[in-house]
Amino acid sequence: MEKFGYAESTKFDTYASRMMPRDEFFTSGHRSCQGCGEALAVRWACKAIGKNAIIAHATGCMEIVSSGMPQTAWMHPWIHVAFENTSAVASGIEAALRVLERKGKLKGPLPKVVAMGGDGGTSDIGLQSLSGALERNTNFTYICWDNEAYMNTGIQRSSATPFGAMTTTSPPGKRSIGQSTWKKDMVAIAVAHGIPYVATASPGYLFDLYFKVKKAVETPGPAYITILSTCPTGWRSATDLSVRLARLATETAVFPLFEVVDGKYRLTVEPPKIRPIRDYLKPQGRFRHLRDHEVEFIQKQTLARYKLLLDKCQAPFPEFAPVHLPEGT
Amino acid sequence: MMAHKKRVGMEVSIAVSHAVQLARAEAIAAYPITPQTHIVEHLSSLVANGDLEAEFVTVESEHSAMSACIGMSAAGVRTYTATSSQGLALMNEIVFITSAMRLPIVMTVANRALSGPLSIWNDHSDIMAARDIGWIQIFTENGQEAFDHSIMAFKIAEDHRVLLPTIVNLDGFILTHVVEAHEMMDQKTVDRFLPEFKPYHKLDPQKPVTMGAFAMPELFTECKMAHQMALTNSYGPILEVWQEWGKLTGRHYQPVETYRTEGAKVIIMMMGSLGQVAEVAVDAMRDQGIPVGLVKIRLWRPFPFADLRAALAGAEIVVVCDRALSLGGAAGPVLAEVRSAMYPLAVKPQILGYTVGLGGRDVQPEAFEELVRHAQAEVKQGPSQEYYIYGVRG
Amino acid sequence: MSKAWDQVTWQEIEVGGVLTEPGSARNYNTGDWRSSRPVWDKTRCIKCGICWTVCPEAGISEDADGYFEMNTYCKGCGICVKECVTGCIEMVVEES
Repeated sequence: MEKFGYAESTKFDTYASRMMPRDEFFTSGHRSCQGCGEALAVRWACKAIGKNAIIAHATGCMEIVSSGMPQTAWMHPWIHVAFENTSAVASGIEAALRVLERKGKLKGPLPKVVAMGGDGGTSDIGLQSLSGALERNTNFTYICWDNEAYMNTGIQRSSATPFGAMTTTSPPGKRSIGQSTWKKDMVAIAVAHGIPYVATASPGYLFDLYFKVKKAVETPGPAYITILSTCPTGWRSATDLSVRLARLATETAVFPLFEVVDGKYRLTVEPPKIRPIRDYLKPQGRFRHLRDHEVEFIQKQTLARYKLLLDKCQAPFPEFAPVHLPEGT
Repeated sequence: MMAHKKRVGMEVSIAVSHAVQLARAEAIAAYPITPQTHIVEHLSSLVANGDLEAEFVTVESEHSAMSACIGMSAAGVRTYTATSSQGLALMNEIVFITSAMRLPIVMTVANRALSGPLSIWNDHSDIMAARDIGWIQIFTENGQEAFDHSIMAFKIAEDHRVLLPTIVNLDGFILTHVVEAHEMMDQKTVDRFLPEFKPYHKLDPQKPVTMGAFAMPELFTECKMAHQMALTNSYGPILEVWQEWGKLTGRHYQPVETYRTEGAKVIIMMMGSLGQVAEVAVDAMRDQGIPVGLVKIRLWRPFPFADLRAALAGAEIVVVCDRALSLGGAAGPVLAEVRSAMYPLAVKPQILGYTVGLGGRDVQPEAFEELVRHAQAEVKQGPSQEYYIYGVRG
Repeated sequence: MSKAWDQVTWQEIEVGGVLTEPGSARNYNTGDWRSSRPVWDKTRCIKCGICWTVCPEAGISEDADGYFEMNTYCKGCGICVKECVTGCIEMVVEES
């Protein structure tokens, strides 16, 4: 499992770019908004997934920008069915591949199966099918493009929308501060299924993202990755800030980058010093309405949660490791 | 050449699962719902014992069952599932997509009433709520038919001229849970009849395709038309498969089946297992000298307009028995279809609609005699209602 | 589908609406969206390729000399400008 290295620095290793694969599997000509952090994440995740894979995608931004007839931005064999069922579609593909392999009908090595969906398609409407696929020990990787709201339909709140954020269905007003709930902890939910690999990633640390996705698809059994996907349109931020904001999310401990291998937590990007939350909130129009005491509340909560995560990273290895698929299945 | 005939007594659900085994289904995803359970339980044990080389994915809902089936079929394996009632309703969103993607999945629907109130018993409200899903839809009347059509459905669905998912309907409990004598088939005969599944498109890294792309208004209508024509044009290949089966087994099937319609002035119509009950009633009425015949629709989609018109030619009164209600509408779904099919004709019968046997309400042969008398009286005075619900109190 | 897509007939729709040419989105030039373009100062460029890495469009290509430059798909978001380690890229307004 430890055959992959990580870019553990807080900024890019300057010349590492030149060593990364040049093949594009999510091609130019897709119609994402300018400065889409999600499209950037997809581009790099697909590089990491490699050629021999099948992708199932949920309805959502990345589906819509990439697959309007008669053009597709996907180089992989790719299927979109509906919003809430991507994990089930992936389950079916994975089962079919096993049959084909057993019957000797597969040419070449067993393809990897990857399911992708937005935060709504993952933590809201798709949670049931995701849970089912994780519980059944499906040999697949699920990637959540987490842009923290239903951006494709016009920036409505989801359970992944952060506390205080303005969306079109969590508008601030006389009786509202915006989103009134804390972001649903999908990583903890995934970990609770006892699966072998869970991680967070972001376009602020693309090499970290690349190696995590690679590790996830190489892991036998289910793997789950949430990728924070900066969204200039929905976050009301400048288009050129998409990578920088993702980095700020980690530097302010809003979105720590870590992985959970067989139940064992480990930070993969460790900021030497946590920056104040304002550095992250201020460039985003969706937080503009927040008053000082609300920002202070978010600051305290964020640090408390980060402390819990650090405690988990110190915790001993769990007594019962998740079940791995036996060799050769 | 006629295959060796061996009649075996078994529950119809078990016979259906054996048909799926003989068809060498390669992948199954299903979620338990009464009265479909015996089919998938038996398939599970066939897979668990290695008697069927397949993957059985025990999904967490019917929505996921159909979704997983799409993944299976798209990846290039012969795919089967079974459901009923609320399960079919939960699949509703996905079954439209299955057919639009032209994936030849075969599904058994053990017909059961839709809630509410909750009822596990038989009627056709589940499949009628899925009438317009773009699948081939076949109704069966007894265990043998359910067995035969479960095998034939794969051949129809997978035909490259067709490529459409196919539903085989059988009445919940009335068929699924009764023991009948079935003429089984041997594996060699079925293998000759049903060759290995050859997907038209599949998800394959060697030759990547994009499935499930969306269509803007400039292309959506053309996509729907292509689907509509595929379903309409599946009629020919369906008949070919049924004829081949007829030669093989001596059991012949028609899109519209008739029983004692020669010279019939009154024709009773229905779909599913009630046909057998109605045959008893027709015999009794014929004995009394009443010119009554029976017409049963086997192929519900694509709807066999020409066959129906031919079968009803000469009839003065048609008594259409529906097993479902179109609430707030003018009629039951079968009645609406029959009236619509007959309307353009210059000479057409009086068509009366009766909803019978909802939620497992028993329908005896006498009921049909009563309906015929009622229909004759209504026609004489001019029909007093758009449609009638038989046997309702109050 | 080689003809204009709003001229396609129902008979020409591929079975199941399947798209058989992977990556055909490349036929769509997203560069039309651009209102300003990134321009590299080659005297300060160290050819590290970070601009190429951070582009959501794969809209930056390497030339024969190892320098990077915008290609036809650049939507003009400016991420490359912000992330360039030497500050050698700047956005210039497109002439109409």
